[in-house]
Amino acid sequence: MLIRTTPPMRASEITDEPVYLRRREFIRLAGSAAVAVGAAPLLQACAGGDVSADFAGTDGPAVAAGQTPLTNVKPKVVTTDEKLNTFNEITSYNNFYEFGQGKDDPQRYAGRMTTSPWKVQIDGHCNKPAEYHLEDLIRPHQLEERIYRLRCVEAWSMVIPWVGIPLADIIKRAEPTSKATFVAFTTLYRPKEMFGLNEPVLDWPYTEGLRMDEAMHPLTILSVGLYGQTLMNQNGAPIRLVVPWKYGFKSIKSLVRIQFVDRMPQTAWNKSNPREYGFYSNVNPEVDHPRWTQATERRIGEFRRRPTLMFNGYGDEVASLYAGMDLRKDY
Amino acid sequence: MQKLAKPIVFVLAVAPFLWLAFRAYSGRLSVNPIEDITLTTGIWTLRFLVITLAVTPLRRITGWNRLIQYRRMLGLFAFFYATLHVATYVVLDLFFAWDLILADVLKRPFITAGMVAFVAMVPLALTSTRGWIRRLGRRWQLLHRLIYLSAIAAVVHYLWKVKVVVGSPVYYAAIVAALLLFRIAWMWRARRRSALQAADA
Repeated sequence: MLIRTTPPMRASEITDEPVYLRRREFIRLAGSAAVAVGAAPLLQACAGGDVSADFAGTDGPAVAAGQTPLTNVKPKVVTTDEKLNTFNEITSYNNFYEFGQGKDDPQRYAGRMTTSPWKVQIDGHCNKPAEYHLEDLIRPHQLEERIYRLRCVEAWSMVIPWVGIPLADIIKRAEPTSKATFVAFTTLYRPKEMFGLNEPVLDWPYTEGLRMDEAMHPLTILSVGLYGQTLMNQNGAPIRLVVPWKYGFKSIKSLVRIQFVDRMPQTAWNKSNPREYGFYSNVNPEVDHPRWTQATERRIGEFRRRPTLMFNGYGDEVASLYAGMDLRKDY
Repeated sequence: MQKLAKPIVFVLAVAPFLWLAFRAYSGRLSVNPIEDITLTTGIWTLRFLVITLAVTPLRRITGWNRLIQYRRMLGLFAFFYATLHVATYVVLDLFFAWDLILADVLKRPFITAGMVAFVAMVPLALTSTRGWIRRLGRRWQLLHRLIYLSAIAAVVHYLWKVKVVVGSPVYYAAIVAALLLFRIAWMWRARRRSALQAADA
């Protein structure tokens, strides 16, 4: 899919550097943006225990049918010493209601979705609205490896080595006007290939939204791959949002439209049940889902539950976005 | 054939458990096996509650009174799967974190409902023996109407648990409602009949 210029990055190359030992988290993001959001230290590292952040202990990354290796990926832009979830775990346990509500449904049925050619429409309050072929949207930008925790609202979590580009890069290209205070996102709506759309589970198509500063935050990415390969359909191929400090459902999959809007956009889960799914939906162990606790989570592959971290552990980077807000009210 | 019927029902009823155990043992569960075990034991509890509740209406409609022979076993299987379900939650999911469990049961309506469904089944299982049936006499039947509470609470538990109320939880709620409505209708009919007979006399 993407033009191949150098040999594919092997998993073993992007891990296992002793220099990162004894560091729990390592985040090197675009400098200016990081300063803008008040995360002044460009190089963040907290002291941690023993570390083994290599892929060696995992069974990924196998190349599945339809996947292409991604080349020229800037490694370790964000990484962690936490054990990565395996390729099998990441691709066999998904929520993608367009393909059914079972966790294994997306793996089974998402293959029916055609992802090439793929167009993304960018419009709304911006100077350069356009409809891009996926390749044209991504090509001008540097692909980066971002190893993020993903915390599902259902209280399970994974660690996933995404490949993508900062959403901010795309937003800057579109030149949003001062009216653009929010960004609205839409998933593909193609009932013939996505049978879940024939059931009134949510108000289809799936929609999501971010405040402009959230969308511009350097941690927010558009992902086109994981484990060095293009995305599998069940993970939201060919392009999806990843917002690591919010519950997983905010990270909308199989994206076809990015729209700059002047008010808080309606989002699929919020429309379905506003009391349970707020617009912000930041990971917050102190604000329970009305029906279950968010204080702990089960990391897929682990037996015991572990405590959930505020902002999914990205508080140093993102807490300032919400300064002065009551996160119990704006959940 | 008649002699074989009960063992066959027993084997069929235990099969979902054996299949689950086999899947767990051979690594055929999903990457979140605790969730698989919870969901499987939960749904089979509900299925056996429904099957148990269906015995009486089926008997009345078909006149096939032999069905009553299987009711106790079916009810005990509902309790068996419910016990596994609760044990999965206490042991595998929360690993005996009693403070969390207590908070869950008190604070979360869906878990409260599930716990009500389970607790209501305990006295039914304990008094399912011939000795207790004899000892309790008419009160036995009264006590065993707790299964209605159990079934309603189980359905509410399921409806409250899912993120979007469509499909399976709705079907189970409808089936339980139908089985309970049948009883109410039957009771009314019996009353009207006895009233008519009284008028005739």
